[in-house]
Amino acid sequence: MRRTRAAAASAVTVSLLAAVTACGGGSSTDGGSNDSPKTLTYWASNQGPSIEADKKTLTPELKKFEKQTGIKVKLEVIPWSDLLNRILAAATSGQGPDVLNIGNTWSASLQATGALLPWDAKNFGKIGGKDRFVESALGSAGETGSDPAAVPLYSMAYALYYNKKMFEDAGISGPPATWDDLVADGKKISKDDKWALGAEGANLSENIHHVFVLAKQHGADFFDADGKPDFTSDGAVAAVKQYVDLMGKDKVVAPGNAEYAQNQSLQDFAKDKTAMVLWQTAAATLKAHGMSDDEWGVAPVPVQSGTPGAGKDVNSMVAGINMAVFKNTDNIDGALKFVNFMTSVDEQTILNKTYGSIPPVKAAQQDPAFNTPALKVIRDTLATSAAPLPQVANESQFETAVGTAVKELFADAAAGRPVTTASVKEKLDEAQQQMPKK
Amino acid sequence: MTVTAEPAVGKEAPPGATGPAPRRRTGRVRRIALPYLLLLPALLLELLVHLVPMVIGIVMSFKELTQFYIRDWGSAPWAGFDNYSLSVDFDAPIGKALLHSFFVTCAFTVLSVGLCWLLGTTAAVYMQENFRGRGFLRAVFLVPYALPVYAAVITWAFMFQRDNGLVNHVLHDQLGLTDSPSFWLIGDNSFVALLVVSVWKGWPFAFLIVMAGLQNIPKELYEAASIDGAGMLQQLRRITLPSLRPVNQVLVLVLFLWTFNDFNTPYVLFGKAAPEAADLISIHIYQSSFVTWNFGTGSAMSVLLLLFLLVVTGVYLVLTSRGRRAADV
Repeated sequence: MRRTRAAAASAVTVSLLAAVTACGGGSSTDGGSNDSPKTLTYWASNQGPSIEADKKTLTPELKKFEKQTGIKVKLEVIPWSDLLNRILAAATSGQGPDVLNIGNTWSASLQATGALLPWDAKNFGKIGGKDRFVESALGSAGETGSDPAAVPLYSMAYALYYNKKMFEDAGISGPPATWDDLVADGKKISKDDKWALGAEGANLSENIHHVFVLAKQHGADFFDADGKPDFTSDGAVAAVKQYVDLMGKDKVVAPGNAEYAQNQSLQDFAKDKTAMVLWQTAAATLKAHGMSDDEWGVAPVPVQSGTPGAGKDVNSMVAGINMAVFKNTDNIDGALKFVNFMTSVDEQTILNKTYGSIPPVKAAQQDPAFNTPALKVIRDTLATSAAPLPQVANESQFETAVGTAVKELFADAAAGRPVTTASVKEKLDEAQQQMPKK
Repeated sequence: MTVTAEPAVGKEAPPGATGPAPRRRTGRVRRIALPYLLLLPALLLELLVHLVPMVIGIVMSFKELTQFYIRDWGSAPWAGFDNYSLSVDFDAPIGKALLHSFFVTCAFTVLSVGLCWLLGTTAAVYMQENFRGRGFLRAVFLVPYALPVYAAVITWAFMFQRDNGLVNHVLHDQLGLTDSPSFWLIGDNSFVALLVVSVWKGWPFAFLIVMAGLQNIPKELYEAASIDGAGMLQQLRRITLPSLRPVNQVLVLVLFLWTFNDFNTPYVLFGKAAPEAADLISIHIYQSSFVTWNFGTGSAMSVLLLLFLLVVTGVYLVLTSRGRRAADV
């Protein structure tokens, strides 16, 4: 009797310990299974003005999918601030969703974890082939030279949104094409509690997107050809300084923007407090804040001189959302069917229309809805003058390290402390030293 | 777990009876073993919840654990003491930043615990007097303690906003104390903002504990003292504070550990990247491991922090107990 009890007790202990170690060790099944073919869990990123709005948009589409295939999709919309952590935790424990959205700049970093299903020819075959997608979007779906870790879902690019009436009031005829123009125009606008340009100084990713583009315009990159961090080149330093100077030296960005991280600059724009924002697909949010479509205009993001064009003047990163499949899904066939459904021409048209983004599926771009003046700017940018952020495994660390450096420099600028080439270089050097050595 | 189902009590042979000796021995063994058996479930859970993750954490700190290995961290290559030497190399940026964060945390903890204790004790002493509205005030004082941490800190974050926040509205617009609206969530003031929220959140606990401690001091002591001509301050110094000593010993230790490790407050106030002036060590370690995906280094920093806290707690307990023994003699 006693022996059985002891045995039972130790069995419990061993199994609990095994469970604990299994949690730590993750699962090693590759390529998924079909153990639960009737359900899927989908983590969607927050695309619309709110999480509720996203649920409203996506639920009818998921019902459609259920009707077609009999597979029920459990939806969870995750705010951007949590998404990367959630994915990371899922990768570690192996307990993740079946299908998920990722920011396309994270593709290579998440690919390195080995948690995502690689999109080889066979898998692409199940969703109609690689050729259906726009090339620049595929370029930001995984490390260069390997199978993509995700499939493009929504594409976006940065553009300059400007408030027509505020421009008129300041006697400015049209949107600026170069940074010098922007600063000159900005000085005319920035007075009486009105400001020329909005920024999200405490938002690390936003900081990265802008300094990346400016670095490209200065002929620099944040990683060298071998994928090693190179944050302190003259071009990179000049780029970061130019961006922070918009607040510190040029005084066209309100100092309060240094603590913005929750899209407050869009609210200021909608309330006629700032005349310009550099944003990706702001239309839906501006409408939600009560600004009608004819009150604002869209122009390409300024360049150093001349006009943006193919091969030289980069003025946006390739922004967008990708869709990935978790490698150890219990419903691999269903997951691929779901990706196929979401990248079908019909769904691409419906969803991208709602979110104001551009379909990365070529055939869906034909819809006239994507030919409005605003979206045409973004489409042209994507086609001719956007570059993907470095597709290296340490990209997410770069976003944090350099993004934080820019945030601190903005804090200096806002407090009236001088931001010099030397202080920028020092901050970037510190950021570089924090990067993993391998 | 039903290992201890058989009652050991009453099984022993009555005194003087000539029962078989081995039986008596098992009875005694059982009686001695019973408490341990009863402790076993708790011990096992403690092992699972605390010890196992701790051991895993220590193992991780010796590994080169980056995004390439998190799916199967057992396969990550060994790093020896690299993570540790990286963390304590105070000339290089990582070590320098850790040391800075450590000092910030120490200053923050000393100020926060001190203020929490002072406010809590003062309020508790005043609340001893019976006056109208005492119950109401007591309830109000406990509100911060009862509120969910996140909701409270998010509200503070709103109030600290530079352009639309209540704090600047009062300090700048209404009282005119500052020339221009100040930043509270970035730059140097962030330390003050963090401290304010931490004290606001922490002092009601001190208040509660000290109030409970005060109930145990016999009224006669005060009566005798006032007959002897002791004033209020003297009573406080000679009766209240010495009587509260055991309570304070635990209170300060708990507040210290909570404050030193506080993660929620800075995270909700500042997000992933705290300003340098308010870079508490918990956030710093979080950033080192979860944001830059350098879990090995993060674990090494956690182990160092654990060692530090163990040493401080040990020294504190030895010192305060010795003081008390001396006082008892």
